[in-house]
Amino acid sequence: MVRKIRYREALREALREEMQRDPRVFVIGEDVGRYGGAYAVTQGLLQEFGPKRIIDAPMSEAIIVGAALGAAVVGGRPVAEIMYIDFATLAMDQIVNQAAKLHCMFGGQLKAPLVIRTQQGTGRGAGPQHSQSLEAWFAHVPGLKVVMPATPYDAKGLLKSAIRDDNPVMFIEHKGLYALEGEVPEEEYTIPLGVADIKRPGNNVTLIAYSNMVHTALAAAQELSQIGISAEVIDLRTLAPLDMDTVITSVTKTRRAVVVHEASVFGGFGAEIAASLQERLFDILAAPVRRLGGLHVPLPAHSQLEKQVVPSVAQIVQVVKEMVSTEVAIRAASA
Amino acid sequence: MEDRETLTNLYHTMLLIRRTEEKILELLLQGKLASSMCHVSIGQEAVATGVCSAMQPHDYLTSTHRGHGHIIARGGDLRRIIAELLGRETGYCKGRGGSMHLVDVSLGHLGSNGIVGGHIGIATGAALWSSLQNDGRVTVAFFGEGAMTEGIFHEAANMAALWRLPIVFVCENNQYAMSLPWTHATAEHSFARKGEAYGMPGIEVDGQDVLAVRQVALQAIERARCGEGPTLIGAQTYRFLGHSRGDPSPYRDKEEETRQRARDPIRIYQEYLFREGVLTQTDVETIEAKVAEVIADAVRFAEESPSATLDSVLEDVFA
Ligand SMILES: Cc1ncc(C[n+]2csc(CCOP(=O)(O)OP(=O)(O)O)c2C)c(N)n1
Ligand SMILES: [Mg+2]
Repeated sequence: MVRKIRYREALREALREEMQRDPRVFVIGEDVGRYGGAYAVTQGLLQEFGPKRIIDAPMSEAIIVGAALGAAVVGGRPVAEIMYIDFATLAMDQIVNQAAKLHCMFGGQLKAPLVIRTQQGTGRGAGPQHSQSLEAWFAHVPGLKVVMPATPYDAKGLLKSAIRDDNPVMFIEHKGLYALEGEVPEEEYTIPLGVADIKRPGNNVTLIAYSNMVHTALAAAQELSQIGISAEVIDLRTLAPLDMDTVITSVTKTRRAVVVHEASVFGGFGAEIAASLQERLFDILAAPVRRLGGLHVPLPAHSQLEKQVVPSVAQIVQVVKEMVSTEVAIRAASA
Repeated sequence: MEDRETLTNLYHTMLLIRRTEEKILELLLQGKLASSMCHVSIGQEAVATGVCSAMQPHDYLTSTHRGHGHIIARGGDLRRIIAELLGRETGYCKGRGGSMHLVDVSLGHLGSNGIVGGHIGIATGAALWSSLQNDGRVTVAFFGEGAMTEGIFHEAANMAALWRLPIVFVCENNQYAMSLPWTHATAEHSFARKGEAYGMPGIEVDGQDVLAVRQVALQAIERARCGEGPTLIGAQTYRFLGHSRGDPSPYRDKEEETRQRARDPIRIYQEYLFREGVLTQTDVETIEAKVAEVIADAVRFAEESPSATLDSVLEDVFA
């Protein structure tokens, strides 16, 4: 039997293995050393690798990313931790104008092999400045890769690939997933960036999700199966590069698609998927592609209200039922 | 020496902050707080109290994630504070802000912030407007020493000194930013020299001595009001507890903790008041009882208040 470990432990293993494999890899961030990381991902690594490779930086997001970037340009393989994605806003110049642009802008002469590990999302009632889901901002910037693992297995394999990648990677974890257990083999493996994963096969509808919403989608698929609807669940795993082929193949088969994410629907990444699907599969879609996401509202620091802002299993089930019955209705009308 | 009423009020305020935060921790352990975010300022009461006592009613302040003390010292409504923490519609932010986002515009309290340093920009802007309007108000920006390593602090300090804005930068140096000691956060630890670099006075003060804090704040606020520009105050204090719940601070030296906790600002001040014959044991007990009553009333009010609703949040997305 494959051993089970938590999401945070899988991430820690990836960091440890990559640091052992490549002496150029180092970690820099706030409270990553002595504290072990705000979400305990880097716990114990300071003791293991020392303060030159696990660097406790001052509270200065702009220069944490800037310093990581500069080190990357001249030969380092830094993993910068930004405690909450909300604080990445303080480093936006370094991420968007600098890291993302260097390679192309300078005629391919410079590289920025940099990983920015951060976490986002709801689940702790952490409020409007600590719970946002900002992945669409980063996916919108050419030159940045965006990774959003949903399981311990994916978290480990994707982080290892992100560290080995020669480009800046936004590695966005979810604060609600750190304690999640899952199977992770002892042997070494990596997962390529840009390959989606079918987390559950099905025939009647495709649920497209990433990060924690994969689990919500899986629970919805389970419920739908009890009323005879077979849902396929696709975990995008990386938004950039985006594996649209896997999505197209699935929706070609199921003819119905729902995109689910925690971020606000308005201007969210689901719009990209929905638009691509209708451009390429308009003729075969049995129903309009649906998007489910958070309400367009600053997140309340109130756990009960927070839950009402983000998509639920019940909402997904409801939307799928509507899609199926719409189709039935259309068929009936044209008969 | 200050008059008896002022001296007594300072004691009352510090005790109110301490007992309120002790109650907040109790409510947190009972699972009654609506949010998981909560940072208490136990051990740092003299800074909020001393500085706020030096402000005029029409002045402004901005506050931090560790901001219960600032709003209480400014005269905030305890009922609305507790209601906010319990996620009630009657709270300061209608129950959706929680511990990190308290605000009371009627008191010139322009909000506490979850982004370390974020409010320093707002404080500078309030001072800019006061300067443009010549309205005689002074803004106090409270922040932890950790915020001094954020870019916004440096940009704000430079602009405020350049334009002689009526603002006082109050750094509550509790020696740690989560696990990061002040000694590991900056190479220049002198507030005088830090201030000088921007072209403003930098004054260090014992943050466990409420009267010393008050004196320094009175001078800095006066200076700002006269159009002479900003001051950087470095109040040396200590975070008695962890950064937040679930932080036993293993990164701190236990001997240091013991030594620092022995310098309890409330006890230090109480001894002073006894020594000077300002208060007696009986007076102190009376104040204790009054404080307990106010807190009990606030908790009762909060618990009887209706919970916040999402509809109310949705109504407020835009002004
Ligand atoms: C921009 C930003 N970076 C990091 C954090 C996470 N964080 C919250 S409080 C804190 C430490 C703050 O230290 P300090 O400013 O000294 O205030 P203290 O907590 O000691 O009162 C950190 C790192 C944050 N909220 N905002
Ligand atoms: Mg501090």
